[in-house]
Amino acid sequence: MKRLVAAFWLLAALPAASEPLMTKVGMLREQHSQETLSILDLPAPDDALAGALLGAADNNTTGKFTNQRFETVDESVDDSADVGAAVDALLDKGVSLIIADLSADRLLAASDRAKARGALLFNISAPDERLREADCRANVIHVAPTRSMLADGLAQYLIWKQWRRWLLIKGSHPKDELLAQAFRNSAKKFGAKIVEERIYEDTGGGRRSDSGSVQTQRQIPVLTQNAPAYDVLVAADETEVFGGYLPYRTWDARPVAGSGGLMPASWDASHEQWGARQLQNRFTQTFRRLMNARDNAAWVAMRMVGEATTRTGSNDPEKLRLYLLGNDFSIAAFKGVRLTLRTWNQQLRQPILLSDRRMIVSVSPQEGFLHQTSELDTLGVDQPESKCKLK
Amino acid sequence: MQIEVKNAPSPPLPRCRGRGSRFGPSLLFAKRRSLASPLPRSGGGTGRGLLVAALLATAIAPAHAYKAYVSNEKGNSITVLDTEKLEATATVKVGRRPRGIALNKDGSELYICAGDDDAIQVLDTKTLKITGKLPSGPDPELLALSPDGDVIYVSNENDNLVTLIDVKKKEMIGDIPVGVEPEGMAISPDGKLLVNTSETTNMAHLIDTQSKEIVANILVDGRPRFAEFKRDGSELWVSSEVGGTVAIIDPAKRVLKQKISFDIPAMSKEAIQPIGISFTRDGKRAFVALGPANRVAVIDAETKKVEKYLLVGQRVWHLAFTPDEKYLLTANGVSNDVSVIDVASLKVVKSIPVGAFPWGVVVAPQ
Repeated sequence: MKRLVAAFWLLAALPAASEPLMTKVGMLREQHSQETLSILDLPAPDDALAGALLGAADNNTTGKFTNQRFETVDESVDDSADVGAAVDALLDKGVSLIIADLSADRLLAASDRAKARGALLFNISAPDERLREADCRANVIHVAPTRSMLADGLAQYLIWKQWRRWLLIKGSHPKDELLAQAFRNSAKKFGAKIVEERIYEDTGGGRRSDSGSVQTQRQIPVLTQNAPAYDVLVAADETEVFGGYLPYRTWDARPVAGSGGLMPASWDASHEQWGARQLQNRFTQTFRRLMNARDNAAWVAMRMVGEATTRTGSNDPEKLRLYLLGNDFSIAAFKGVRLTLRTWNQQLRQPILLSDRRMIVSVSPQEGFLHQTSELDTLGVDQPESKCKLK
Repeated sequence: MQIEVKNAPSPPLPRCRGRGSRFGPSLLFAKRRSLASPLPRSGGGTGRGLLVAALLATAIAPAHAYKAYVSNEKGNSITVLDTEKLEATATVKVGRRPRGIALNKDGSELYICAGDDDAIQVLDTKTLKITGKLPSGPDPELLALSPDGDVIYVSNENDNLVTLIDVKKKEMIGDIPVGVEPEGMAISPDGKLLVNTSETTNMAHLIDTQSKEIVANILVDGRPRFAEFKRDGSELWVSSEVGGTVAIIDPAKRVLKQKISFDIPAMSKEAIQPIGISFTRDGKRAFVALGPANRVAVIDAETKKVEKYLLVGQRVWHLAFTPDEKYLLTANGVSNDVSVIDVASLKVVKSIPVGAFPWGVVVAPQ
């Protein structure tokens, strides 16, 4: 009945029954590792896609009033697939805006292929600095925060807490070193001291076992003993080999942050401030699971598309890009402040949530960290240091 | 490197300080004082003479005692204030997460959106007892009462609807589908036009109360939170929390006329988040609460120029005049208090502690 009323009213409200402006948005995604330390983090089959679908549904509610429609076109790539072919497949279906859940190299490959055909990409998961710096591309908008934004968000809070002496433990994979470097830079930027660095060697093997905690309980104290005096252990373990094992098991009774304990993130299922609960409710009711950071970034990307299409009355990728980079654009994403784009590298400015995965402990930027244009630019590489030349 | 770290290593932890019982208010007070109050942006010269006159006037004129009601979002309570003594006289336990509140015409009943109880509670303002509830649909946040007092319009954030409630029969009598996350509600003085704002759709939906149909959708800036008509119905103002602007709409022509933006020295754009709006009865002046900017903007409602920013409590949300327009009360969420603005002198004269996370405020007509 409700739907019938809505349909009737829709007909009545529209000035003319013209064809709606149809915008097809591609969701190009690779599979995420099932090797998560916690089973709570196992990616669902609709990981990231669900966020795009919800964003499109929200856009379509608005679209009833503006005579615009939004559709999500899903395209998965497995480990061996050619990402260029997947981009072509999407473009052949009438897509010219692509939400990309891809690792750095594949994102660049997708960008190259999309460039030839004038499509615009939204990076929702790759945190790599180089994508916004030396390898930055004009046809990629970055919704996901960088490692430096995440590290700075955490560092500001640790400084606020006066936890200035850090024991840094990093994993043995290249990604872990990139994150460790981000923490080193943050320490330097905000005045923390890394008292010692240690490496946790990944010796292979799975994450699941029936009595794994028995071994872990013995290993972690050994890993963390005989350290110089420190206030907080900072873990750089993007590969998820040991970070989650650290809290409550360290030799010294010290808090853990970074890839375990207090974790910086663009979104968390426990976030409910600034109306976020409404988005969490909509997501949970629709998909019967919790919204993770990738789901949220896909939602934000889809809302950016919706907002730009609503305001410009167009779905031309270049027009949308110019609007998103312009002074008139800002988006509400349940973070307490408006989000805008850094024009020099097309990175979305955003607060960083700090959570223990059950509660939001704090949100950075912290009070007192000042900046002459936007306090959000105290997070991550700032314009004067940027090496990005968009092309 | 462009980052300046100021005051960063100073977490004000309660346990580090003496005189624990005074810690909360004194810290907030000190903090508020440490922020420089910006000078009035225009009319400073003539303002001073007026100000002296106004101070004299306030010294002579006897204040009327009105009752003000403040909803405490986290306190699950309503604080009752005496506007002559400027102090709290009672605290009433109500349903969970009370936010939007409205009085009926004679002030005998207070309607309270108890969001987490999915109901609008009715409080008898004489006995201060909850006498019943109205069916509101899920998660009611803000409501508007028809001028005759017979119908309540309420926004249901979770299912993109505006719900209509017959007050006497205590029945839902209809709903109207609107944009994503409906929030702000206002009704024109003649009762003919209802406006609802949707936070994620970023529109003001103008609804004909007779036909219950949307007659116009007007795009405004990000996250529109609140709507208010001038008393003569000539203008509709809509505040956009995230966009940081107030949109001025011509309700007759159904078009956006202009936008007001705010500029506070030494404050980032992101922190300026307009929420509550109140007009003086003559429509000449508007007051806009700026949320985490901890200020209320005083606006010349004719020229649309911001005259002054008044420093109030933290995260100032909604506003209400006393009926004689002597005072404007502001609900300040983070500092758990109500600031009292003397309207004639444009000075903040008092802050009154209330419950946890004050959100809405209304003042009884007599």
